[in-house]
Amino acid sequence: MNLKKIREFIIERLIFLGGMASIIFVILIFAFLLKEGLPFFRIYPLKDFLGGRFWYPISEPVQFGIKPLILGSLIVTGGAILIVVPLGLATAIFIAEIARGKTKEILKCSIEFLETTPSVVIGFIGLVVLAPFIRKVFSLPTGLTALCGSIMLAIMSTPTVVSIMEDAITAVPKVYKEAALAIGATHWQTIWRVILPAASSGIMAAVMLGIGRCIGETMVVLMVTGNAAVIPKTLLQPVRTLTATIASEMGEVVQGSEHYFALFALGIILFSLSFIVNLIADFFIHKGVK
Amino acid sequence: MNPKRRQKIVFSLLFISSLLVITPIFLIFFFIFKEGIKVISWEFLTTSPARMGGGGVFPAIVGTLYLTLGTVLISVPLGVLAGIYLSEYAKENLLTRLVKLAIINLAGVPSIVYGLFGLGLFVIFLRFGASLLSGCFTLSIMVLPIVITATKEALNNVPQSFREVSLSLGATKWQTIRYCVLPYAFGGILTGVILSIGRASGETAPILFTAAAFYLPHLPRSIFDQVMALPYHLYVVATQVPGVERRVSYGICLVLVVLVILIDLIALITRYQIRKKKLW
Repeated sequence: MNLKKIREFIIERLIFLGGMASIIFVILIFAFLLKEGLPFFRIYPLKDFLGGRFWYPISEPVQFGIKPLILGSLIVTGGAILIVVPLGLATAIFIAEIARGKTKEILKCSIEFLETTPSVVIGFIGLVVLAPFIRKVFSLPTGLTALCGSIMLAIMSTPTVVSIMEDAITAVPKVYKEAALAIGATHWQTIWRVILPAASSGIMAAVMLGIGRCIGETMVVLMVTGNAAVIPKTLLQPVRTLTATIASEMGEVVQGSEHYFALFALGIILFSLSFIVNLIADFFIHKGVK
Repeated sequence: MNPKRRQKIVFSLLFISSLLVITPIFLIFFFIFKEGIKVISWEFLTTSPARMGGGGVFPAIVGTLYLTLGTVLISVPLGVLAGIYLSEYAKENLLTRLVKLAIINLAGVPSIVYGLFGLGLFVIFLRFGASLLSGCFTLSIMVLPIVITATKEALNNVPQSFREVSLSLGATKWQTIRYCVLPYAFGGILTGVILSIGRASGETAPILFTAAAFYLPHLPRSIFDQVMALPYHLYVVATQVPGVERRVSYGICLVLVVLVILIDLIALITRYQIRKKKLW
């Protein structure tokens, strides 16, 4: 009897601990980023870090200006979102409202398939197929450009965007649709005037999560954007993102050096960005169907 | 314009957009299979790589399997416990809201940030070094949200009446969960676990500084050894080693894709079987 009680007690404590694990890990991640990243600002002024126009971590004197990296991340993400949001919304509407039977199955399956494809594979295809194509079409010295990154990121974030938008559209109560159809609206008028407005907060959540995926993606941009840390002016030049900078430079830095701390400081920025984007997405999700 | 005609035009446009979205998917797999199949041979799969990136991929396959196995061993117990907590114990209060927010955030943290965290905590602070162990821990935390969410949903799908019957017969809360809830949620949990395996086996960024070795002709001898891994091997061979033939990269890519597809197929089949066998 008592043994049973003790066992029950222990198991319930374990379950509680397991439940708290996520909070503990989020705090640990933030703590370790701060622990390794904050020392950087003792040796390098925050103003030059945020406002500096040059990222020259190994030249003399060193410069750690993150403007080109932030703008690199933003231009690649912006391009990807411009591609994936209209196309993704169209696909989501088509899957949720129009497609039937086999067509619907094929669309859903192939998108689910893409979701599980490792990002390094998508980066590789961008490197060997899309980049040479872009180089030829625009007659550039290299095809490894922001455009190439945007297109591959758009492909990579398609499953996230489409599936959440589709869920949002499906979640709209059927009576809304029936009411609109009953007073003589066409199917398209119903979708455009009734279903989409009702699903708008879910659609916004999909856009935010898409942005989050694009900003945080590492391997794709590392492989296809050319990695030149210059302030981008067009989509047709090489850029370097925050993520790619960490990935390509961390392997070569001396532990505890200024450069090492600087890369962790980039991590703090990335973590904060994704935190904000996820908060906004969460806000839209909880707003739910109007 | 006549609303009927407008609808026809818009629907055609939507159809074309959908085609545009799925064409790249088919193209990607077409290229990988067409080019990759040329280098696949028994020798390619079972020998070690040459120093400059050619040769076989055997240690990378084994390394990926080790990393994935270790990740499952760590993340599944933790994730299932957390799922049980959220589904069976958590009340509607601030703490639960925080836990949910933390899970959403873990799911959204960029993979490279997990890499940094793993480097800071496991490699340096706990002195595990760049090793299989550090890699598994890092990947585990990354896939934790997948396991938790799958467990929670699977448990929520078990009808409330199952619990009520068990409790009314005098079973304790844990006995109820253990004998009347978990068995029926097993399939759903398994699907989540397999999906997290697929994710862990394909990730590169979290193992860049925590586990992956550029060139290691032998298999890891202990959990403190570095390992080769397929995704990292593909990245290195495709971008860092000059002069390796393109088709070798395609070959590595094909092996990785087939591995991930196999894992996902198992998940799909499991899910299908469960839906067929649903008992209530």
